[in-house]
Amino acid sequence: MPAVTVSFASALPAAFQATQVDYKAIAPMLVVFGGALLGVLVEAFAPRRLRYLVQVGVAVVALVVAFVVLVTVSVHDQGITLARAVVIDGPALFLQGTLLAITLLSVLTMAERFGGEGPDAFTPMGASVPGSPQEAAALRAGLATSEVFPLTLFSLGGMMLFPAAGDLLTMFIALEVLSLPLYLLCGLARRRRLLSQEAALKYFLLGAFSSAFFLFGAALLYGYSGSVYLSDIAKAVTTASGDLDGLLLPGVVLVLVGLLFKVAAVPFHSWTPDVYQGAPTPVTGFMAAATKIAAFGAILRLVYVGLEANRWDWRGGVIVVAALTMVVGSVLSVTQTDIKRLLAYSSIAHAGFVLVAVLAFDRLGVAGVLFYLVAYSFTTIAAFAIVSMVRQGGSEASHLSQWAGLGRNHPVVAFVFAFLLLAFAGIPLTSGFTAKFAAFAPALAHGGTYGVWLVVIGVLCSVITAFVYFRLIVLMYFTKPVEGVVAEQVSPLTTVAITVGTLATLVLGVVPAQVLELAKSSSLFLR
Amino acid sequence: MTNPYVPLLFLLALGAGFAVLSVGTSLVVGPKRYNRAKLEAYECGIQPSPHAAGGGRVPIKYYLTAMLFIIFDIESVFLYPFAVAFNQLGLFALVEMVLFVLTVFVAYAYVWRRGGLEWD
Repeated sequence: MPAVTVSFASALPAAFQATQVDYKAIAPMLVVFGGALLGVLVEAFAPRRLRYLVQVGVAVVALVVAFVVLVTVSVHDQGITLARAVVIDGPALFLQGTLLAITLLSVLTMAERFGGEGPDAFTPMGASVPGSPQEAAALRAGLATSEVFPLTLFSLGGMMLFPAAGDLLTMFIALEVLSLPLYLLCGLARRRRLLSQEAALKYFLLGAFSSAFFLFGAALLYGYSGSVYLSDIAKAVTTASGDLDGLLLPGVVLVLVGLLFKVAAVPFHSWTPDVYQGAPTPVTGFMAAATKIAAFGAILRLVYVGLEANRWDWRGGVIVVAALTMVVGSVLSVTQTDIKRLLAYSSIAHAGFVLVAVLAFDRLGVAGVLFYLVAYSFTTIAAFAIVSMVRQGGSEASHLSQWAGLGRNHPVVAFVFAFLLLAFAGIPLTSGFTAKFAAFAPALAHGGTYGVWLVVIGVLCSVITAFVYFRLIVLMYFTKPVEGVVAEQVSPLTTVAITVGTLATLVLGVVPAQVLELAKSSSLFLR
Repeated sequence: MTNPYVPLLFLLALGAGFAVLSVGTSLVVGPKRYNRAKLEAYECGIQPSPHAAGGGRVPIKYYLTAMLFIIFDIESVFLYPFAVAFNQLGLFALVEMVLFVLTVFVAYAYVWRRGGLEWD
């Protein structure tokens, strides 16, 4: 072992240099964080009656402004900024734009009141014991948890930074910023509070574990390469002397575990069904769509920028994970009896399909991932919005048996939901088909033998999940309706979210060329 | 030339030895007269409550204070290096620092307005 000598004189820089900040490139994130801070101030100073309206207004305006800034200004100002901590390039911008659009739809579903005082899905008082007199009093007093909107914006800010992070520490900070508000949001369901709080605690504990894995892996990679920057790690992989090679593979594996946890890949998926079931349904939709986008963005950047050179060392493990994710997600979705758990397992299977495209190691693979994320997230948001409006006795009818015969009493709702299920199954003329094609084609072309095997497994698993969805469609149309199950009248907010999500599913299935082209042209990473 | 980490190892052994020795000595030699106050939580913290009063809830005042402390603690952690290198950093860093302090102040204003600073 070589003697360690530290010279403090050379460790200190002669003079500080101001960091160059490219404000145009990071403007969308600044707008989102600014909106979130404004939301906190509104929560502190606005009178209680106005809070709901002002919060929804602030969130929607912030999201729209951020999106407009992104497509008009940031697109023309790509680059590596903030001392290489943030990389605004094609994939980052594409995913940030998708995240903004998806979050806008999520905020609309979260704001749904069903004629009540505050957001319907959220408890009036987060700190009260489920079923306690305090909670009843808070309900009578018309309290509302309008903090959910700034929390969502904070989480979105972290998600936008996640795929744009140029070094492992920034990636970790983004991971925490996106996770912490989500842990809170999970525990705020109005109905079935205990289930919701259990979900929040489970998500928090397992999320903390996975963060620790990520951090330990980052430390090992730093020890290996002497830098936390992804591009420096990539350089070290090709040029390192070989003394510290023992640190590389454990570091890669631990960092990947942390990220694969967030996309709910098997065997790091065990939290998903419980959390998706317990969380308020609009939050579940937000998590299923937006968290997946952000986490896959981060995986793409880590794998394509940092670790591509030694992919032969770690690829085998991820191939096994991808195959397991598809098989476990689709097979276990067959046995589910709760609609939210069913969609949770289906989201696990979809994570596996995306991983197939990630493993193609090709520009087209990146484009496939980007397109899949857009298609899947719009469908997911609309599906969970419909889950939140099908009710029995005031609370969500989440058991599958309650969905029987929905097509007779509510033909439109059942038709839209059936269409979204067909998209999940990957039937032609829906976005699910084009997305699966875009994800599997590069794996066939560039993935080698393993790519072919993964695609075969993927197609078989699609058939299994298609069985689950068709069974649900048959249940909705060809069985006797259950007494008292209704699709509630929703406000224009949810209607817009469902309509946009469904239209996107249709358009991306029928005329996907433009979005596919955009995904292809924005699939190049800056290093 | 010995390894530069050897003195550190000595220090570690010395520290561990001192801790074990002093705790062990008081355990063996010291008088043991327990009373009610001695068995309670040391100096601060929550009284252990056997009954689940109010649905098993525990007061979170301490945690709230601790969390607020950490917010300001982190703020000062960033203020120190900024203050030390103020001459070299110039106007840009001053503006950044003011923005940072304002951001923390937003959290403070929220806590203040929502009653987080009231003890009871």
